Amino acid sequence: MAVMGADLTRQTAVVLAEAIRTGEATAVGVTQAHLDRIDSVDERVHAFLHVDTEAALDAARNVDAKRSAGEALGPLAGVPLALKDILTMRGVPTTCGSRMLENWRPPYDSSVVERLRAADIVILGKTNMDEFAMGSSTEHSAYGPTRNPWDLERIPGGSGGGSAAALAAFEAPLAIGTDTGGSIRQPAAVTGTVGVKPTYGGVPRYGLVALASSLDQAGPCARTVMDTALLHSVIAGYDPRDSTSINAPVPDVVAAAGKADVRGMRIGIVTELNGEGYQAGVAQRFRESLAILEHLGAEIVEVGCPSFEYALGAYYLILPSEASSNLARFDGMRYGLRVGDDGTHSVEQVMSLTREAGFGAEVKRRIMLGTYALSSGYYDAYYGSAQKVRTLIMRDFASAFESVDVLVSPTAPTTAFKIGEKVDDPLAMYLNDIATIPVNLAGNAAMSLPVGLAPEDGLPVGFQIMAPPMADDRLYLVGAALESALHDKWGHLLIEEVPAL
Amino acid sequence: MTAITRAEVAHLATLARLDLTETELDHYAQQLDVILQSVARVSEIATADIPATSHPLPLENVFRDDVALPCLDRSEVLAAAPAHEDDRFKVPRILDEEH
Repeated sequence: MAVMGADLTRQTAVVLAEAIRTGEATAVGVTQAHLDRIDSVDERVHAFLHVDTEAALDAARNVDAKRSAGEALGPLAGVPLALKDILTMRGVPTTCGSRMLENWRPPYDSSVVERLRAADIVILGKTNMDEFAMGSSTEHSAYGPTRNPWDLERIPGGSGGGSAAALAAFEAPLAIGTDTGGSIRQPAAVTGTVGVKPTYGGVPRYGLVALASSLDQAGPCARTVMDTALLHSVIAGYDPRDSTSINAPVPDVVAAAGKADVRGMRIGIVTELNGEGYQAGVAQRFRESLAILEHLGAEIVEVGCPSFEYALGAYYLILPSEASSNLARFDGMRYGLRVGDDGTHSVEQVMSLTREAGFGAEVKRRIMLGTYALSSGYYDAYYGSAQKVRTLIMRDFASAFESVDVLVSPTAPTTAFKIGEKVDDPLAMYLNDIATIPVNLAGNAAMSLPVGLAPEDGLPVGFQIMAPPMADDRLYLVGAALESALHDKWGHLLIEEVPAL
Repeated sequence: MTAITRAEVAHLATLARLDLTETELDHYAQQLDVILQSVARVSEIATADIPATSHPLPLENVFRDDVALPCLDRSEVLAAAPAHEDDRFKVPRILDEEH
């Protein structure tokens, strides 16, 4: 009777699913509680771009009917989820945070949505994001910024700031994000929530609107490591409709989160992702977490990854190059916005007018950067060199993982900054991703989990764990052990300290 | 050192099909220059002997049996298009006046 009389929006997915299975709560009741919460706080937080009230309640009624009929329910049946607005969902607006797709309702479900539906997870709606996932603050959304529930004057991270803010504001216990250079992990870090970028190819991308195809990866977000693991196991696994999907068994992330044991593990601090450039409170919470892991029986060593220093440069050549190519599809012909089709303009003029009107400042900036990096005469110096740096980064990881089981770093160099502080300073904005980018370039798996508040500003600090490709389970072994030790120390999860809205 | 000029930015905008305003051209010329000078550092360690990596996984062609599978409904797809006519996407004229 854990949830009887308690606020349903404050519970973990594990507790809610159990309450629905045992009949202590109904899926409709759980969904309605979250819809009410969205109704009362989202005007201030702006995590959602679209709330799918009727369909969510229908899905919840379906779960309750299954239970009444005696059907077995899955581990997350009836639990509400917030979906990043970059994944297609049949008949539901999918804008990618852009005017370009303002009124587009896709005629199909993404693989991730199919799997969520098959698991009887209740999708509440679509969450705000930087336009086409380009950004680290959600300020580049065409629909206005999302605010950080810890301090409404601050950014919730990006690009998946809406999904992370929905979790921290108790609008949903589960969320889906996508991570191209840190868009799951950095928002998790600055909102005191958990986010995982699975191994590249681990979660199918069919129906995920492409930003940079060699980097993009959808993944699970939640307020606890175990909730994240359960969601991970729902969405991961081979899909023949994605040619980069890995056809191999998914690592047992749920068992790893349950085991929560680091005894005998070797954990490597990355020399290049530590020290200078990290806010004092971030560095302090990072060091304290290492001491906890050591106390729990892990061996902490330091590992050099010299090429990581060049990762940011390589990323901001590779990503714009791939994005400039991928976003060529938004030409105003088959879907989305069309501008200037008045009988006088040619098709090429209409394309240029449409793209000028439909794309925001950061998207245009990156499209031109990519067009430049790929243009003849510059290709070798820019894109070609960036691809070589990518090789060196993969070698650094491979060599590090010969001597350690996982690598760790702070997730982001600072806590949440103020809205407006970096919005027109692209280089300052790009620096937020300095610790998360190497993993995307190499295709590894990584997690961010909250490890305390920075003493100087009282804002959450994220701890990043990086594992080799297809060793996603190690993230959960370490993450769950650290989370459990911190829970024992504080007597609650960090998210319980978020101010009331 | 200037990595990129305003004229080059205007050319890039044409290639990328972006009808930028004069103000945007000024703004981007300055910003792209700063960004490019920063990212150009990659050439410091990208020596000739290092192979390029385009993708984190070894990529190979993926084939499936040649059998018909359900596809998107035509009327639903056309309903999402900016304009359509006679079961087709309708586009603006594709030739310039002088052609």
